[in-house]
Amino acid sequence: MSERYATLASRIDERFGDQVRQVPSTCGELTYETDKDDLIEVATALRNEADFGFEMLMDVCGVDYLTYGSDEWTTSEATGSGFSRGVEREPVILDEADEFDPRRFAIVYHLLSLQHNFRMRLRVFTGTSNPPIIRSVVDIWNGANWFEREAFDMYGVLFEGHPDLRRILTDYGFIGHPFRKDFPLIGNVEVSYDAEEGRVVYKPVSIEPRTLVPRVIRDDNRYSADLKDSADG
Amino acid sequence: MAEIQSYTMNFGPQHPAAHGVLRLVLEIEGEVIQKADPHVGLLHRGTEKLAESKPFNQSIGYMDRLDYVSMMSNEHAYVMAIEKLLGVQVPERAQYIRVMFDEITRILNHLMWLGAHGLDIGAMTMFLYCFREREDLMDCYEAVSGTRMHATYYRPGGVYRDLPESMPKYHESRFRSKKELDRMNANREGSLLDFIESFTDRFPACVDEYETLLTDNRIWKQRTVNIGVVTPDRAMQLGFSGPMLRGSGVEWDLRKKQPYEVYDRMDFDIPVGVNGDCYDRYLVRVEEMRQSNRIIRQCVEWLRNNPGPVIADDHKVTPPTRVEMKDDMESLIHHFKLFTEGYCVPEGEAYAAVEHPKGEFGIYIVSDGANKPYRVKIRAPGFAHLSAMSEMVEGHMLADVVAVIGTQDIVFGEVDR
Repeated sequence: MSERYATLASRIDERFGDQVRQVPSTCGELTYETDKDDLIEVATALRNEADFGFEMLMDVCGVDYLTYGSDEWTTSEATGSGFSRGVEREPVILDEADEFDPRRFAIVYHLLSLQHNFRMRLRVFTGTSNPPIIRSVVDIWNGANWFEREAFDMYGVLFEGHPDLRRILTDYGFIGHPFRKDFPLIGNVEVSYDAEEGRVVYKPVSIEPRTLVPRVIRDDNRYSADLKDSADG
Repeated sequence: MAEIQSYTMNFGPQHPAAHGVLRLVLEIEGEVIQKADPHVGLLHRGTEKLAESKPFNQSIGYMDRLDYVSMMSNEHAYVMAIEKLLGVQVPERAQYIRVMFDEITRILNHLMWLGAHGLDIGAMTMFLYCFREREDLMDCYEAVSGTRMHATYYRPGGVYRDLPESMPKYHESRFRSKKELDRMNANREGSLLDFIESFTDRFPACVDEYETLLTDNRIWKQRTVNIGVVTPDRAMQLGFSGPMLRGSGVEWDLRKKQPYEVYDRMDFDIPVGVNGDCYDRYLVRVEEMRQSNRIIRQCVEWLRNNPGPVIADDHKVTPPTRVEMKDDMESLIHHFKLFTEGYCVPEGEAYAAVEHPKGEFGIYIVSDGANKPYRVKIRAPGFAHLSAMSEMVEGHMLADVVAVIGTQDIVFGEVDR
């Protein structure tokens, strides 16, 4: 990480103390995590205080960490029977849990400071409640309005204090939150025109899920931190 | 006195001035807009979710289809994010090719914008003029990638192949004479670089032509001056970027401020507006076309004199050549692995942003170490711009809504994703 960013990081650590935790990055980007109760305080300070001056919020997005680090093929052991195609044929039952894993849903904010030419990323996990809920930052950055609507639409995260939290990208009357990892890629319903009824009807999907390339995670030594250091030196 | 009642009007989604599939629900009093509520998502294809289900390289083609009038710029942000995670070095020649095609794309985009914006508010001829020049740039796309629009030309580690030594030519047909054919093929005799250079020679005069039609045109000014004014403070607050931000007088361009590829070696200027109205944004974009032309010329000059590789040599990420595959087992294995499984990207997250013709186009990738991205988020500039629609048209007349849609340079491929 460059010197400028190291200075910024030390300023942030000094100013916020326990409220934020830096996340190590492999590509020189500055990432912090904060608690959802501290979000408004931290965000307001990042925008208004002269040391930081993050006057622009470039992006707000949700991330669902449900299947993080899981693969469809285990590549570390041999198999006598061959690999499957990694297709899940079981019907997907939408998550009806009372509580979520506290590190399942995250909202990620990408901040940009025009005056200091800095970028940083702020991540907030939404906690265990179902539906997940978090404070809105629309009052701090007005541009967050649609981005938060999108995160609500795609992940079902509620934003407390949002002036107009409606679905934005999905169809009118859509059920479910499509970017959640337990929402199937092929969707749940399909639409067609019914000539007899003379209107458009919704039916359960008739296509089968397909995986052309299974998801694999290989332990690639080239990227392991300790080996990389020795190779460079 | 007659009582004025406010009423609601539906605009689009099928309306030629809606630039695709925008549905606007307008609250109108007389002919004055009280509130505009854009309904978007009619072109939502779930690109981000699709990208999660495919190996990294297979999603490059989806990026073309986001903002489908500036294809290569979208690819650029995506491959840059992957390169950031992988730590791949891009050869210098590939960086110049990318910069050149980014700027060709910027002209392509601005020509499309100028033509459509002109047509929307009454300047019919613009559309024809702009498409005339656009055709040549499309031919550059075709020469280099085989397709006129959805190029899929950029790859993590470089570009797919080097610039071709010859341009495709027009063929004889009974609809055109020999003389006509020779005229059409006159600048296609040499390489792609010769063709691009001949384009840059003549393009400034074309921009002058557009400007004589519009810049001092009384009707054009009446339709754009003081329409959709955005103050610099509001522009930043609303997350504007690109010409929308610069039109409001904020001097911010990623090519200058956070240079990527070889933009720091290029000599060009950043036009900035004063009043933040539609007219200033028009002037900014027109000047940007001239500046892009300058950058392209510098790239052509460099590319002529510096042959070299155009894609990184790291065959864990980039495919080996066919020749290598014929007698090298290692290359054959690399090829097989790359085209079946793809490559695994180390765990981590990266955000890469480029100065897209419309603003800051960013790709945020979260990788958990698999051969597919865990999460791809596309930060589309048009999405932020369109969200400010209501604020920009409030108090304006119905006809000005069209001018504001035009000035925002909305393309639904990227707004809806």
